[in-house]
Amino acid sequence: MKVLLVDDEKEIVSTLAERLSFRGIEAVWVTSGEEALKKLETEQFDLAILDVKMPKMNGLRLEKKIKENYQDLKYMFLTARGADEDPELASNLAGKENYLSKPIKIDKLLNKINEVLNL
Amino acid sequence: MSFWQKIKPTFLSYSSKGKDAVKLPFDVKRIWFFAIFLISIVSIGPLVSLAIFDYTVTKNDTEKEIQLRMEHLVDHVAGTVSFFLEQRKDVLSYTVYANSFADLNNKEHLANILEGLQRSAGGIVDLGLIDSTGKQLQYVGPYDLLGMDYHDKRWCKEVREGKKRVYISDIFLGFRRAPHHIIAVKQGLPDGSFFILRATVDTEKFKELLSLMNIRETGDSFLINHKGILQTPTLRHGVAMDKIKLSIPAESSSLKVSEEICEHGDKLVVGWAYIQDSPYILMVIQKKKDLIKTWLTTRWIILGILSAGIFVMLFVIIHVASYLINIICKESQKTMMVLNEVEHSSKMASIGRLAAGVAHEVNNPLAIIYEKAGLMKDLFTYKEEYSHDPKLMGLIDSVLTSVERCAGITKRLLSFSRNLDITVQTVNMHAAVKDVLGFLHKEAEYRSIIVNIDIPKDIPDFKTDRGKLQQILVNLTNNAFAAVEDEGHIDIKARRQNNENIMISITDDGCGIPPKNIKRIFDPFFSTKTESGGTGLGLSIIYGLALELGGKIEVESKEGKGATFTVTLPLERGENESPPTDERSWDLEEPIQ
Repeated sequence: MKVLLVDDEKEIVSTLAERLSFRGIEAVWVTSGEEALKKLETEQFDLAILDVKMPKMNGLRLEKKIKENYQDLKYMFLTARGADEDPELASNLAGKENYLSKPIKIDKLLNKINEVLNL
Repeated sequence: MSFWQKIKPTFLSYSSKGKDAVKLPFDVKRIWFFAIFLISIVSIGPLVSLAIFDYTVTKNDTEKEIQLRMEHLVDHVAGTVSFFLEQRKDVLSYTVYANSFADLNNKEHLANILEGLQRSAGGIVDLGLIDSTGKQLQYVGPYDLLGMDYHDKRWCKEVREGKKRVYISDIFLGFRRAPHHIIAVKQGLPDGSFFILRATVDTEKFKELLSLMNIRETGDSFLINHKGILQTPTLRHGVAMDKIKLSIPAESSSLKVSEEICEHGDKLVVGWAYIQDSPYILMVIQKKKDLIKTWLTTRWIILGILSAGIFVMLFVIIHVASYLINIICKESQKTMMVLNEVEHSSKMASIGRLAAGVAHEVNNPLAIIYEKAGLMKDLFTYKEEYSHDPKLMGLIDSVLTSVERCAGITKRLLSFSRNLDITVQTVNMHAAVKDVLGFLHKEAEYRSIIVNIDIPKDIPDFKTDRGKLQQILVNLTNNAFAAVEDEGHIDIKARRQNNENIMISITDDGCGIPPKNIKRIFDPFFSTKTESGGTGLGLSIIYGLALELGGKIEVESKEGKGATFTVTLPLERGENESPPTDERSWDLEEPIQ
């Protein structure tokens, strides 16, 4: 399984990638939406994990691009802690079940990944 | 209750210090007194000045009038007396001129003359003919005076010595031993000697003349001679031939009016005139207080109108000032309330933004710590050299739990600050109460306060302004914490009230609220904690918030046994409903119990 991790916080995304690799998941990480799109052009992924809040191109705009260009690619979101109580974000995430709040518990993330891939 | 207490405005009883303090941005009492003082000065001042002016003018006029009337009276009486004497003198002069000595020496003839005189001019009692030696040759009249010798009598001496041809005497007793006046006329004879015709003036006639004057009961008029001996009887100043006790006026050709104080201390108005060609001075005396009776009445009317006017003015001024200042008080309390609410909410918003900023800033490093610690845990799990060390695993778990706790705190901070701006959203009562207590559970632990939460499962989630609900709950729980002693109890209970409302009550077993304060507990600026920095706004703001949420807040308390605050909120709240008007009694007239 090959996963693309997109988050502007390098410390978090790199660590998360390493933790996933311990669990037999190949994780590639980038720190912006633009980089993610470049990566998608050259490599094939089973799943993209997108941070919602990012500078320039945020997770939701990246989602649009993915929907346009990579219909087969599955994806899920990460949000900052308590974002589900932010009304703007909450309305954008409404109807979406494929997201996790930070800080991420690794077991929950694995469950969610399985859930999304089996959909 | 005294009259003052009835009309006294209630704001005067407000104390600015200590318990039951009412805070106002100005000194009401000072303004009230100042307003009354100023309005009184500008309204009553002119009235009093006018009254004084009128008083003085009327008084002067009255005194002038008294003087004038007295002058007229004295002038009139003096004229009458003078005329009376002149007439007698002329008649006697004519008699001695028209009758020969021999005719006059005839008793019958003399009696005829007397009868003629009494019938015409009158005022003469008897007639006597006296020769140059002073012996009375002939006499007609009621007394037996024929042959009497007058040569040593003063009047006779003066006539004989020729100082005056016609002589009017002072009063004297004479041979008849009764006070009387005489007029004597000297007439020369061809042989160079002379005779004297003497007539006694009718004193009754004098009395009549003087009493004819229109003098009031208390007045008096009489004649005195130049030495001050009374010539006629008086009503109050002694009998004839006594010496008068008043000062004798200096000789003057014109009449005078002056004021004197008699022996009893009464003020007298004395008019006097020297009667020409006679030894008499006419005196007319009246008590001043009788003359100024009309003035006294006028004076009472002026004083009455003045005092009634002042009373009415003061009454109106005090009432109007109280009414206006009451309105100002109410309005300024409202303004202060609004300002304070604005200040309070902007303060809350700033605190909220600050908290949110801090939470956001802290969240990122926390997330990194969490991920790194997670990675370390993975390393310990998957690397052989570490996996056998349980201590490492314990340490890393402890780090992870602590980070999770920190994350819980930042989450609560964020949720609070966000709720300040949010309007209507779905709220779970249990979660809302838990959130609030999250900030207070440490205090509850330290002080061993037992907090019971009784929120049944059938309480549905409901739509309301979560931020405002949170403010209400935070304030009420804070109050409860402040009220209870250590090891006290606080019960938080929620109940469904029919299908429309939800009731949440917070009960403490603290000090309670005295009955006299319970009525005013939701009033703005009512505080019993002024010394410890209470603004008197907390409950007032909660009251306003409860109204804004379409609900209400009530309080029940027994002093010393604790208090229960119950907030009733509607389960459904329309989005565009405007908040109901605040019907709290702002009326300052409401008595403080």
